[in-house]
Amino acid sequence: MKILIQNGRVMDPATGRDEMADVAIAAGRIIAIGNVAADFHPNRTIDATGCVVAPGLVDLAVRLREPGQEHAGMLESEMAAAVTGGVTSLVCPPDTEPVLDEPGLVDMLKFRAEKLHQSRVFPLGALTRGLQGEVLTEMAELTESGCIGFGQAEVPIVNHQVLQRALQYAATFGFTVWLRPQDFWLGKGVAASGPLATRMGLAGVPVMAETIALHTLFELLRAVHGKGSEARVHLCRISSAAGLALVRQAKAEGLPVSCDVSVHNLHLTDVDIGYYDSRLRLQPPVRQQRDRDALRAGLADGTIDALVSDHNPVDSDAKTLPFAEAEPGATAVELLLGLACKWAQQDGLGLIQALAVLTTGPQAVLGSSLGTLAHSVGRLAVGGQADLCVFDPNANWRVEPAGLRSQGKHTPFEGHEMPVRVRATLVGGQVAHEAARAAAVHALA
Amino acid sequence: MARNPQLNKNGELIHLLSTEGLSRDILTQILDTAANFVSVSNREVKKVPLLRGKSVFNLFFENSTRTRTTFDIAATRLSADVYTLDIARSSTAKGESLLDTIANLSAMAADIFVVRHSESGAPYLISQHVAPHVHVVNAGDGRHAHPTQGLLDMYTIRHYKKDFTQLSVAIVGDVLHSRVARSDIHALSTLGCPDVRVVGPRTLVPGDLSQMGVRVCHTLEEGIKDCDVVITLRLQNERMSGALLPSSQEYFKSFGLTTERLRWAKPDAIVMHPGPINRGVEIDSAVVDGPQSVILPQVTFGIAVRMAVMGIVASHDA
Repeated sequence: MKILIQNGRVMDPATGRDEMADVAIAAGRIIAIGNVAADFHPNRTIDATGCVVAPGLVDLAVRLREPGQEHAGMLESEMAAAVTGGVTSLVCPPDTEPVLDEPGLVDMLKFRAEKLHQSRVFPLGALTRGLQGEVLTEMAELTESGCIGFGQAEVPIVNHQVLQRALQYAATFGFTVWLRPQDFWLGKGVAASGPLATRMGLAGVPVMAETIALHTLFELLRAVHGKGSEARVHLCRISSAAGLALVRQAKAEGLPVSCDVSVHNLHLTDVDIGYYDSRLRLQPPVRQQRDRDALRAGLADGTIDALVSDHNPVDSDAKTLPFAEAEPGATAVELLLGLACKWAQQDGLGLIQALAVLTTGPQAVLGSSLGTLAHSVGRLAVGGQADLCVFDPNANWRVEPAGLRSQGKHTPFEGHEMPVRVRATLVGGQVAHEAARAAAVHALA
Repeated sequence: MARNPQLNKNGELIHLLSTEGLSRDILTQILDTAANFVSVSNREVKKVPLLRGKSVFNLFFENSTRTRTTFDIAATRLSADVYTLDIARSSTAKGESLLDTIANLSAMAADIFVVRHSESGAPYLISQHVAPHVHVVNAGDGRHAHPTQGLLDMYTIRHYKKDFTQLSVAIVGDVLHSRVARSDIHALSTLGCPDVRVVGPRTLVPGDLSQMGVRVCHTLEEGIKDCDVVITLRLQNERMSGALLPSSQEYFKSFGLTTERLRWAKPDAIVMHPGPINRGVEIDSAVVDGPQSVILPQVTFGIAVRMAVMGIVASHDA
């Protein structure tokens, strides 16, 4: 299959490229960007007039809800949602049922996902068996099955000695540990501590739930790191200004840490909870404006490496409950690009910066765990895998639950305007998604 | 943010979910209406036909005897048919969802739901899912609100002190977990009370409560000094041990209201309590039974206030 993407504006944060150019694809790989050979005869062309041709997006936090939670989301529905959002590589956390703590489960997930020919799925393995924070998993075996790192999803390790050993063991093999910094005991609330939670009578999660966990983690890292080992830690979904300041210090100190922020914490605050809107029941909770402003600045200045959707489809029964009882999570992967562009527009940043936090940023977090894909994921490389996202940068649309591909229909962004729309998504040179503007895509005889 | 779900588009009260966000006019209307109903309770025939033919369902997802009984009495005195469902022990225990329960009861042609639930905000969810003609009255949700208690406290204060704009009111006890305190605070500030204090140890009265526009005090003397009204809160059994408080005895030593300590307040200060009372924990028996206590009148006024609330919401269409 040969594909020619014509008349698009090619943008690639990895190289800073921003120019009008055609992209030629053959045998799943990009063979030319601009200067397409005259004897290149495509089987089909995609007319990208007025569109941006960008690397496929990389989302570091997507819950597919399989295995075990199919009532909330299925591989078919959530992978379709991902490519609809332009996401060609995604990382899924291990808190499925059963937990991803055995190689066989990871093999099965990878196999099922690959059969769908949609986004590339990079699973995180459980750091401890059953996420129970007691016994380490077989990390080397799990890596062979395809895990790109190890984490605890939403379950903090209470025992600091276990956490220390997990970091030591992972560092031995150069595995990255992915943790959402939250103290087990202080993190039991349902909304950010503050005037709103106090007034509404909701149990609060104080900022210290995050900062204490970060202090602990950095202290443990200092002991593990610098003894010839690289104990890399990726901090998932920072939520507070104070937490971000600690990450900034840790990076300045040279600790091998990276971090991300979710679209929710980037755009929303606790005031949006309104009258107990359970679509705002999220982990971590959205905090105050000061925190949101700091996170936006941190994403712009590179302290935060990546923007993630934190996609987590939840079924209606689990959401239509009193706020504290509602299951945390929101459908988001289809909104990721739109919300990144919105952030860039609102904060006076360029489109290339919006793309960077969805491509080069997360690619760097994944680093060598990508193996042979390291030179293809999150960038447009001649000779590399053709993972691309073609989107119209001037296509406003309103988020309506019925219009989402994901099985999850609950999002706090319902009714919001998105500024861009994905027209086509290619994974490994195959068209995994095409938007309704069918006229743009011509099949050649 | 969406329109206040308690009000219809004309700004009239259709549900009572919280005292927050209600205007002074609406609060005053409820208190004035209650004043008319107080006399009903003193008649030989203690009934008015205001809600004749209407069905009031008491939905208590959390156990309560006292509040439920006062709502029963209030609805009965308005001539409504009253049905009480002890949901804590029935349908939800069998796995039925909250909204299924509501849908089922709506199908039984309810007009008013009186709801108590252990989670903050549950009555909001219910009010969004009931048929348009059904009114929801919050009888206590989590630590969020207990608006009829707040209103009966306002009624009591107004009865004895007339004017809110010159008053100092102290709320003593477990303010952090108290829906009564929140409802009192919102109502007091709307009615123009210039000095509301919350009093207790930092575990139960954290400093950030000042965000609600109250003065936070950590000694009883500072808290009730020259006050006109002292509201003591019930200390829940589960708070009396563990990390919030070491023991009820130690709490009484520091924050229990005794006749002697009550002298810090104004000589004509009134003492209130939402009940049930723990004598010797938050308040000494001598104060409960003493001349400044208005705890029993509170209960009497509570019935009139609940009659007023149900009468008013039932008179407005969504």
